[in-house]
Amino acid sequence: MALLFVSIALLALSGVPSIVGRGRAPALIAAALAVAGASVGSIPAARALVSGESSSFSHAWQIPFASFSVGLDALSALFLIPIFLLTALSAVYGYSYLRGHGRDGAGASPFFFGILAASMAMVVIARNGMLFLISWEVMALSSFFLVTHDDASERVRRAGITYLVATHIGTAFLLALFALMAMRTGSMEFEQWRGAASLAPSAGALFLLALVGFGTKAGFMPMHVWLPEAHPAAPSHVSAVMSGVMIKTGIYGLMRMLSLWGAPAEWWGWTLIAVGAVSGVMGVLSALAQHELKALLAYHSVENIGIIALGLGLGLVGVSRGMPAVAALALGGALLHVINHAVFKGLLFLGAGAVIRAAGTGEIDRLGGLIKRMPRTAASFLVGSAAISGLPPLNGFVSEFLIYLAAFALLGAPGATVFSAMPGLAVIASLALIGGLAAACFAKAFGTIFLGEPRSDAASSSTEPPLAMRAPMTILAAGCIAIGLGAPLVPRMLAPAVNSFTAGAIDASALAGAVPILTMLVAASAALIAVAAAALIVRRRLLSGREVKRTVTWDCGYAAPTTRMQYTASSFAQPLTSAFGALLRVRSHAEGVDGLFPEKGSFSSHARDFSREDVFEPLFATVASWLARFRVIQHGNVHLYILYIAVALISLLAWSFGGR
Amino acid sequence: MISWAGLILVVLLLQNLMLLGTGRVRACIRIAAMQGAILSLLPILSSGGVPTLRETGIAAASAALKGIAFPWLLYRSLRGTGVRREGAPLLSYSASIVAGMAVLGIALWIASRAPLPGATASPLALPAALATMFTGMLLIVTRRTALMQLLGYIVLENGIFAFGFAMEIQAGLLVELGILIDAFLAVLVMGVAIFHIHRAYDAIDVGQLSALTDWDR
Repeated sequence: MALLFVSIALLALSGVPSIVGRGRAPALIAAALAVAGASVGSIPAARALVSGESSSFSHAWQIPFASFSVGLDALSALFLIPIFLLTALSAVYGYSYLRGHGRDGAGASPFFFGILAASMAMVVIARNGMLFLISWEVMALSSFFLVTHDDASERVRRAGITYLVATHIGTAFLLALFALMAMRTGSMEFEQWRGAASLAPSAGALFLLALVGFGTKAGFMPMHVWLPEAHPAAPSHVSAVMSGVMIKTGIYGLMRMLSLWGAPAEWWGWTLIAVGAVSGVMGVLSALAQHELKALLAYHSVENIGIIALGLGLGLVGVSRGMPAVAALALGGALLHVINHAVFKGLLFLGAGAVIRAAGTGEIDRLGGLIKRMPRTAASFLVGSAAISGLPPLNGFVSEFLIYLAAFALLGAPGATVFSAMPGLAVIASLALIGGLAAACFAKAFGTIFLGEPRSDAASSSTEPPLAMRAPMTILAAGCIAIGLGAPLVPRMLAPAVNSFTAGAIDASALAGAVPILTMLVAASAALIAVAAAALIVRRRLLSGREVKRTVTWDCGYAAPTTRMQYTASSFAQPLTSAFGALLRVRSHAEGVDGLFPEKGSFSSHARDFSREDVFEPLFATVASWLARFRVIQHGNVHLYILYIAVALISLLAWSFGGR
Repeated sequence: MISWAGLILVVLLLQNLMLLGTGRVRACIRIAAMQGAILSLLPILSSGGVPTLRETGIAAASAALKGIAFPWLLYRSLRGTGVRREGAPLLSYSASIVAGMAVLGIALWIASRAPLPGATASPLALPAALATMFTGMLLIVTRRTALMQLLGYIVLENGIFAFGFAMEIQAGLLVELGILIDAFLAVLVMGVAIFHIHRAYDAIDVGQLSALTDWDR
């Protein structure tokens, strides 16, 4: 526990040098402090994750309802580890990324980065509702300031306000949830909330409040609107942390509440599976239609959160039906996907940052051919792309495979009927669809960005980023491979966290049942790698001593090929986006060519985000126009403003005394 | 026989009415300063015995701030802006005095209903404190010049001080010291603001601040 406190303090203070000092040295110190803090903190986190032992610390606090109660168990540790890992790597990356960003990387950004890291860790270990909410709010505000780093841009400011509004809508639901819990149990201490699921019939209402409140942060589908705005606006290392780990605090909060309440109703699981299926499928479809790299990645975060929700929902179904194999495998898969998504999404956002820094744009259709100019970035990005698509032998495959196993265990359970197997079927169908579409989407993204020929001058003159940006990507790519190849060891690592989530309601040792099949898969993957390596060696042998000619990528017999003859990102995805046109609603504007010698033609397309453009924007416009009536009382006359306050105070005083 | 505390409280109420009844800024600054200084002595005079060093120190600090520092700062901003008197208050001076009597009535009524923990230092203490606070609010609401509003805040603060005395809050003096520091900073900040308002509008009529609104009517 003491080490954890040291770590959080180090993280929180890590950015202070950069606001005090000037130049590059403070930014370097800030990054070093963040790395130190994260490293110190990962020691107790790793110990708790493996051993499954929990420790806690409590201290009275003057703030009403609050106490400084913190605890570290395997569930917290499982979320702490990616927080520390990604924080440290992003701090190093950010040091280099922000250089040349005006103020030499110093200034507010490293400061708020440290605060964000510390507050995320606090959220995960807080064991008191008030402390949790305070940390939650600090996390929201510090990330808001990080998102609006580039505040000279109109788009960034708009993204910032969207994020701020969205996160506070979520917090409002959490406030209601925590207030209800405190009313029911008479305490804000999480320990006192144990077994609150028996508080029927309102337990369902509590679950729905938690789903919306935490789901807004996590990015469940109707509430995801801030993600595709905020991630492209934020600096890339901030996107990596926000998408990789900050949104997971939403998942953590939901899991913490569920684990405290105990005994979930089966419909909670069904609800989560439905939410997960919608988020997953719609997330990946929306990603397919994006033209901007970081917006695409943001929609993939929605997709991956959907996968986690699928696993969690299936796990709840398993717990409520008392099926240890289903529950343990699904929950293990969901928890592993939390880590995996942090690793590969962090990697992809860092890669996107390297691309944007080199080419000056994240518009996919203005890039191309970067693999020849930035081979290392391309290699890392490729690993991340394969991992997020759930391809073996990488980590994304392992977690999705565990969820598949759970779903098949549900289908194969003795006495299963079509109805009882429905959750399993839904999970299998959604996961399969998501996996295929994700692979298509990353074929599009990687192909358009890194293969072919550059589509703009900036793309053709791009170069590899400095070591401080490359190294974090390499480490994360190695992480993707390590988790993928270490799959047979994974169930043992996950068991304590699953146990701590279900509080012993199911036996997590059922996870070990996945070990033989994972071992076989890893062996097959190893064989695949060996074959690929052998093929490479053979190729090199065959080519040795021969002349290797290089030519343009797209040469189909044209006399004067141009880079505009390549597939674009939208044309590559067009068959899929039109197949799912009913869901996606892509709007396109085409100005056709006519005549023998057409002078001009144009085409543009734009995917409407249903919940943003058809739900939230009209809703907010209505609310705003209704509230505009109250502008009358905001007339700008200071005297009357003060009079309002005075009248309010005096009448309150008179009311409270007169009432006796 | 009238106690010292009672006498001071009566003076306090009279000063409230004087503040409401005049538009000469210089005179108002003087009255508010005297009010603050006299109030600072209240705890010492009413304690009966020999005051402790701590009490004396706090009273002296308070008296120095309110009696010397505040008026000095205010006179300085007065010189900077050249304002001599409140031009046209939103409530005329005679009407202000009537309002002052009215708030005194409200204060007496509230004080009669207020649940007090035990006896107060003087039966007049609570109504006087409330009336002073209300007077401060009245000044803030009805005067146009920023300087007079600032004086309103100072009078409000005097009322809070008197309230602390009335309630005989044990650690009250320390709390009061904190409030005093707040008020001091507020006076400083507002002095600067007044200077800027004056420079921007060539007047210190806060009504003109509404020109800053970003909302088109």
